[in-house]
Amino acid sequence: MRPIPVDSQPFFNRGPSPLTRLAIFGLLSVALLFADTRYRYLENVRQGVAIALYPVGRALGMPGAALAFVADYFGSKRQLADENAALRQELVARAPATMGYHRVEEENARLRALLDVRSRDGSTAIAVEVLYAGRDPFAQKVFVDKGTSAGVQAGAGVIDENGVVGQVTRVYPYMAEVTLITDRDQAVPVQVERNAARSVLFGNGTGRAPELRFTSPSADLRVGDRLLTSGLDGTYPPGLAVAEIVDVVRDTGQMFARIVCKPLAGIDHSKFLLVLAPSSPPPPRPEEASDTDTTKKGARAKARRIAP
Amino acid sequence: MRVLPHMGSFVPAAPEEILRPAKPWFVLLSIAVGLTLNLVPLPPEAMTYRPDFLALVLLYWCIQQPRYVGVGSAWFVGLVMDVGDATVFGQHALAYAVLAYGAEYFRRRVLRFPLWQQAVQVAVLLVLCSLIVLLVRFVGGAMLPKWTYLAPPLVGAALWPLVSVLLQTPQRPSRSRRNDGF
Repeated sequence: MRPIPVDSQPFFNRGPSPLTRLAIFGLLSVALLFADTRYRYLENVRQGVAIALYPVGRALGMPGAALAFVADYFGSKRQLADENAALRQELVARAPATMGYHRVEEENARLRALLDVRSRDGSTAIAVEVLYAGRDPFAQKVFVDKGTSAGVQAGAGVIDENGVVGQVTRVYPYMAEVTLITDRDQAVPVQVERNAARSVLFGNGTGRAPELRFTSPSADLRVGDRLLTSGLDGTYPPGLAVAEIVDVVRDTGQMFARIVCKPLAGIDHSKFLLVLAPSSPPPPRPEEASDTDTTKKGARAKARRIAP
Repeated sequence: MRVLPHMGSFVPAAPEEILRPAKPWFVLLSIAVGLTLNLVPLPPEAMTYRPDFLALVLLYWCIQQPRYVGVGSAWFVGLVMDVGDATVFGQHALAYAVLAYGAEYFRRRVLRFPLWQQAVQVAVLLVLCSLIVLLVRFVGGAMLPKWTYLAPPLVGAALWPLVSVLLQTPQRPSRSRRNDGF
């Protein structure tokens, strides 16, 4: 084999060889992966890069704006488009009311006043617009155009005009990341509208419908049942529409029935969303003493407390 | 092996043609455009087949301008992509660094081939890139995705000729551009 004379010996010094650089950056990535998954050390770095990325998110809205402008140029469509956008915003803002939330709220307010409980403030919901969707095929996330600067808080529920969309999982100064209810790690406590049976709706990841897991085969669930939030988690206020049961599989060989659901909200196409005000934190868990496991743990904790 | 005779295929700049050096702002702009294209919201059906435009652009510059874009810069761009995608830090960074290394490794050879044959070699690199992402996700406990997971790298490879021509245009001497009919 004849060696290629060109470039066999680098004429100029260009620093370490590509393989060395790959090794260095490869190790750095592994270190980052470890630090991020195990310890979440890097949230500050993420915040910084997110600010730099914000213009990109804004730019993504620009083709739409440009199209609207062209439409205006050729006809009087702009007014219609603006009106449409305004109406959509309003529709979302009124979504809780249309879902029967408002009426219940009023009723509750009276009862709460009787009980002298601080009423939940429903006025601080924030209307947001979707900037872009995450590309990751393993997760279901969208990014919205408001963040901590507008008062969005991590953990808040997010809805559109038809129902629950997801939950804010990370906030940046001018953006927020919303994990959709179809995400594999997302769960929503629900209640069947017809008979108030409680369950939890689990997301199943990209391309798979969410399911009600761990439901006994004898549970009274039918195709077409609407699922509402039960409000037990303190994230979503009770009574918001979440999903509809589209398939019930009762296999006698299985421990649980398979209940396939379809989200009611426009999970993958809604443009305008509403971030709900985070509700008051749920009361602390009561002390459990009956469970053997917890008593053991408690005993160990007590022992540790005494030992040193 | 000497220079392959190119068979009148879709080759806008012959391997012998001397391109002008790329302007740094053009390199940066193309990377920004690639990043933007990666993040545009699309209907879910289209999302399944969307190639990684950023990887394509990086690969092009790693092959054409290795002194501007190499393993290090690909790694940094990968970090930005990790934030944009809200994925674990280092996932894209690792994948893009390996991609850049692959480009560095075979860049002297790949330019000798006509574009469609380059695309086949690019496909191998892009598939490798997404397999690295898959591996990282496996370690994080993800489930096995459907076969369509391999669609984006293949679509990306199919777009390679187009991307090459687009990114090459500003570097071509004005004389040959006039010959093209401008």
